[in-house]
Amino acid sequence: MVEEFRLDTEPTRDSDRRAELMLGALVCLVVVLLLGMFAFVLYQAWPSFSHNGLSWFGSRGNVDSQIQAIFNSGTSLGHEVYAFHGWPLIWGTALVVGGAVTIAFVCSLFVAVFIVEFAPDALCRVLEPVVRLLASVPSVIYGLVGVFVLVPLIGNHLITQGSKASVQGIITLNGYSLLAGVAILTVMVAPVMVAIFSDGLRAVPRGWIEASLGLGINKWRTVWKIGVRTARPAIVAGTVLATARALGEAVMLSMVCGVVSFAPNPADGWIFFVEPTRPLASTIIAFIDDLSTPPMRHTLYAIAAVLLLSAALLSFGGWAAKQPMKRYGART
Amino acid sequence: MSLLELPVSQPGPRAPRAAQSPPWRLIDRIGLAVAWLLGLLFCALAGALVLYFLVQGIKYVRPSLFLTNPSPGFTATATGGFLDPMLGTMLVSAIAMAIALPIGIGVAVWLSEYGRPAALARVAESTIEMIAGTPSIVLALFGILLFESPALGFLSRSSEGVVFGRSFFAAGAMLSLVALPLVVSNVREGLEAIPDHVREASYALGKTKFATTRRVLLPAARPSVLTGAMLGAGRVIGDTAIIVVLLGATLTFDRSGSVPLLSTLRGTGSTLTYYVFYNAPTGEGNQPTKAYAAAFVLLMIVLALNVGVDIATRRSRRLRWSS
Repeated sequence: MVEEFRLDTEPTRDSDRRAELMLGALVCLVVVLLLGMFAFVLYQAWPSFSHNGLSWFGSRGNVDSQIQAIFNSGTSLGHEVYAFHGWPLIWGTALVVGGAVTIAFVCSLFVAVFIVEFAPDALCRVLEPVVRLLASVPSVIYGLVGVFVLVPLIGNHLITQGSKASVQGIITLNGYSLLAGVAILTVMVAPVMVAIFSDGLRAVPRGWIEASLGLGINKWRTVWKIGVRTARPAIVAGTVLATARALGEAVMLSMVCGVVSFAPNPADGWIFFVEPTRPLASTIIAFIDDLSTPPMRHTLYAIAAVLLLSAALLSFGGWAAKQPMKRYGART
Repeated sequence: MSLLELPVSQPGPRAPRAAQSPPWRLIDRIGLAVAWLLGLLFCALAGALVLYFLVQGIKYVRPSLFLTNPSPGFTATATGGFLDPMLGTMLVSAIAMAIALPIGIGVAVWLSEYGRPAALARVAESTIEMIAGTPSIVLALFGILLFESPALGFLSRSSEGVVFGRSFFAAGAMLSLVALPLVVSNVREGLEAIPDHVREASYALGKTKFATTRRVLLPAARPSVLTGAMLGAGRVIGDTAIIVVLLGATLTFDRSGSVPLLSTLRGTGSTLTYYVFYNAPTGEGNQPTKAYAAAFVLLMIVLALNVGVDIATRRSRRLRWSS
């Protein structure tokens, strides 16, 4: 019945059918490309995973010296070394991404609510382009600001000589730190969140807000109880996209987070925040020149595979989180 | 303190009723004050960023920088300018957009106009979402695998039969994947904003669906196409990870072969983002003044693209369909 109706309203000819098939083929091509990416990257990563098993994700010894050993073994055929325990890198990624996304989430929610409901028109006209600009500034420019402004600030004013001496011999505290990475990453991902959050808040049916206001609930509470709650799918979508962006950020973090793969230890007290770290993506950038030696290559692809799978998992998590929200007629 | 009194002094459009309702609780007032503060902080951040680079740019940008090529050296005068990286940026974004625009428009048209079978539409949608979420460094490593393979190896530089998989072709192709989700989502949004009676009017004139899409819908959605293209180009220009991995990291054009344009495209080079990365204190070059100058140029390009997006969206808002 539906099919008949479609045929009535949409004239179809052979050339039209061909056009549809060709567009369909194009879509299939893109899908195949993505599947191909998973297959290729996982295939290249397999030797590293199969040699290490689950201890790939564990913590043992120094990752940097392990990577060095892997690289050195590339020249001697048949004696490749694959031992790799990536916990410091994973922990660094988790800290930087988690910290930045958490801070950015709270700030972005407030800013989105402000833009949509409270900002005067004049300020709105400034804020919207500002958000778009901040979202599109290249990461290397943020990295440059970090290197020239934030890192010296932290290195010279926040870290005392005493704390530098307390970790001497293990790491040098010179400003290239977790704190710098988190701060700049926050500025990078917050605009992405604000843009998507405010789109979601704008799509909330006006009548729902008005109904709540009519019941005598003040605007602030109304926005949080009705607006933000209705826009939850958009909030999930924005958070997922921003987290993916943070997870994949390699260049900026390799500029401001330091060059040693150290796992910042919360037990160190406040020094924790100014300890250097090196996330997964930055590690790939740091060793990209060694891609030609086979063991090194497989190890780098293994890191990429971990990033790719986390991004996929994140996408899936976002989808799963949105499912129960669909019942409430809220739009993304 | 004046911030805390804003709800009273600015009651918004529902003034009469708001005036009668009891005063806001303290926690609500603090919340609103925080929202104001963060909103203003956002503006201040963007202002500070642009101002900072404007000052540095005026200090360090010289006309000669645009005309000379980078050269190895240890002083600011010896290292030359960024002619080749700048041309590289243009070249690589042109390639990326030449690939991303047709594919993106095709996918968007299919998703919004055809979309059957529904299962494929769902898969395609999540594919685009996944590509948007894939770290660009992973895309870069995938690109190496693709362009090292014998099938695509002819597109990049090789020496004695060994293909490195690094060229403008490779970088442009992978960067097109960075721009693709933005193009698709914007074009699709534009197409879906066109009400159905426009399509039906075209069908009534005997136009096929494809002709309708090409002659009626896509021209009507042109501002969205433009927005998508410019947002995509912004991302492409700003990407560094793919450039570092896939463009071979040679500061000047390193041509491969003898055919004029093709040799450049098959060869390696760099872009402004890589130039900034290279000249930052953490990079190998370490020429801060050059990094500032290049970053300033980069920021101006991004700003110009943003203004373009602004104009395009304003134009698309002016075009309203009565439904």
